[in-house]
Amino acid sequence: MDMTSQSDQVLLEVKNLRKYFPIQKGFLRRVMGQVRAVDDVSFYIKEGETLGLVGESGCGKTTTARCILRAITPTSGQILFETQEDEVVDMAALPKGELRLLRREMQMIFQDPFGSLNPRMTLFDIVGEPLLVNGIKDRKERTDRVAELLRLVGLRPEYMRRFPHAFSGGERQRIGIARALALNPRLVVADEPVSALDVSVQAQVLNLLLELQEQFHLTYLFVAHNLSVVKHITDRVAVMYVGKLVETAKSGELFDTPRHPYTAALLSAVPVPDPRMRSQRVLLTGEVADPANPPPGCYFHPRCSYAVDICQTTPPTLEEISPGHFVCCHRAQELELAGIGQAGNER
Amino acid sequence: MDDQTTQLLSVRNLKTHFYMDEGTVKAVDGVSFEVYQGQVVGIVGESGCGKSVTVRSILRIVDKPGRIIEGEILFRPRNQRSVPGVNEVIDLVKLAPSGKEMRAIRGAEIALIPQEPMAAFSPVYTVGDQLIEAILLHQPVSKREARQLAIEMFHKVGISMPEQRIEAYSWELSGGLRQRAIIAMALSCNPRLLIADEPTTAIDVTTQAQVLDLLRALQAQNNTAIIFITHDLGVIAQMADYVVVMYLGRVMETGPVDDIFHAPKHPYTRALLQSIPSAQSTPRVKLPTITGSIPHPFNRPPGCPFHPRCSDFMADVCDRQTPSLQPVGDRQQVSCFLYHGVEDNS
Repeated sequence: MDMTSQSDQVLLEVKNLRKYFPIQKGFLRRVMGQVRAVDDVSFYIKEGETLGLVGESGCGKTTTARCILRAITPTSGQILFETQEDEVVDMAALPKGELRLLRREMQMIFQDPFGSLNPRMTLFDIVGEPLLVNGIKDRKERTDRVAELLRLVGLRPEYMRRFPHAFSGGERQRIGIARALALNPRLVVADEPVSALDVSVQAQVLNLLLELQEQFHLTYLFVAHNLSVVKHITDRVAVMYVGKLVETAKSGELFDTPRHPYTAALLSAVPVPDPRMRSQRVLLTGEVADPANPPPGCYFHPRCSYAVDICQTTPPTLEEISPGHFVCCHRAQELELAGIGQAGNER
Repeated sequence: MDDQTTQLLSVRNLKTHFYMDEGTVKAVDGVSFEVYQGQVVGIVGESGCGKSVTVRSILRIVDKPGRIIEGEILFRPRNQRSVPGVNEVIDLVKLAPSGKEMRAIRGAEIALIPQEPMAAFSPVYTVGDQLIEAILLHQPVSKREARQLAIEMFHKVGISMPEQRIEAYSWELSGGLRQRAIIAMALSCNPRLLIADEPTTAIDVTTQAQVLDLLRALQAQNNTAIIFITHDLGVIAQMADYVVVMYLGRVMETGPVDDIFHAPKHPYTRALLQSIPSAQSTPRVKLPTITGSIPHPFNRPPGCPFHPRCSDFMADVCDRQTPSLQPVGDRQQVSCFLYHGVEDNS
């Protein structure tokens, strides 16, 4: 469907990204350990593509997204971004002062449409602020651009003088999208953009995101925990578990034939909106590993029903098992795991 | 099978309104449904549809300025009162919210699993203390027996090392464990009716699957009836036997879960089901949407509350008169003029 709009040009490549947060204790704030929020994560996003980043809470997906935007500085690793001038810059190594020009090209849509808009600013101020910061001082020019942006996201330009409290959750999320698009970005990082919205409004915002992507040839990094939404909107998916990437593949492939036991368990946990498909689920036992004190070997082995001896001692590496399908599991080649399509049919 | 026919709860034309300075919010405006023993009734609806206020009305814990102004909540308690045959069915609306009878029912006969497990526990007492307190309140046992019961309950809901965990504070537990502790607390007095108010919205899918399985297993074991509130249609499809679809304080449609999902009658139910991206649907095609957004509670549209967003809107009918819940087919009930004409006298 959308394959035509995608090029093979890689827009963003993340290489061996790490973000450790120190655990400090006592009066002298001595470092007692490290929380490995993001631990050796590598992936790429092609231009015009949507990459979904999924995982349970605390798996490091939001930290990864924030590192890419340099909202926080990564501990190590490279974030290679191709700028408009076809230059490749490493976002991770860039000094703070030089970031601003690049931030035009990457923008963020936030999860909470209530917390992410300043209640004391009108829509004109909110959507126009990035323009002002980036040198569009002429008020008339800004007004025109804000009106255009509001129209683009399906809001009436007359609303420009109103404050965010006058809008519903879905409309506020549209305001956030308008603000993100103000500077014609190429990469948009959307952190759970629809999870705070009602079901009937969720579809409107998802449709809007798809429309805008087509119109402006946008590239999305879509962080979410709702797998049905991710399957609907993404081209490729990356699954994270305790700071590590465990599987990446084309969406259809990942949902139909997952190769990592964690992905399979995650998929089978999704409640299917059909009472005739009350499937026998693969239930995960135990708790998510502590990123400050992860188990040896594969982080997932204590909860994995397929674990063998090697899993307890040697950490697996991310390997390409079929073109474009990367799995971080010792037994990826031999396991036959059920995807979302099959889980229901089996019964 | 006999249990399935025992009616446990019957809500009839319940109206709970909130009287505020700015006006009246009709949070629940004429809701009726029944719950039978051992049945899971799912209430689905978006924010502001009144699903939480409905169950808070049943428990009689509606906060001020809210008030039940009309309707009946008929409940059949387990312990028949000493006078035989007289108080077989109690109208909860007639009881004083903090009176002796209501307090005997709340927690013991009807228990609640609240939405926020973090907020439900006090952070300054251990979870065990809070569980033991609930048991002592409703059961004639000694403190030591209550503690033993609490440990058993923790074991039953799948908390490992219950003897140690009972000494933990709520903030020391993970989200999944906290939710299990809440379920243990709700089930500690073996209630006949369990109300689960969005019990899994704050937790991850994998933990959600564990909690849903646990609830289903415990329900089958004790034959407890459950009212399950959620906005997630997936969860409803997996859990409920019978579904009540609500919108702006009114019931739009009720029916067995299979009929609701495979033969939805009301335009709202249909639109809602179409608008969710399903794991089976074709990716990246535009989803059918419901136009507009949920109106502000002060601006309730006249007539059918859904008419401004409805694709089957009939001018001069839907915006003038309010449809009532009428049977369509054998098992479903729908409140929509598409299925039954306008009453002549109204």
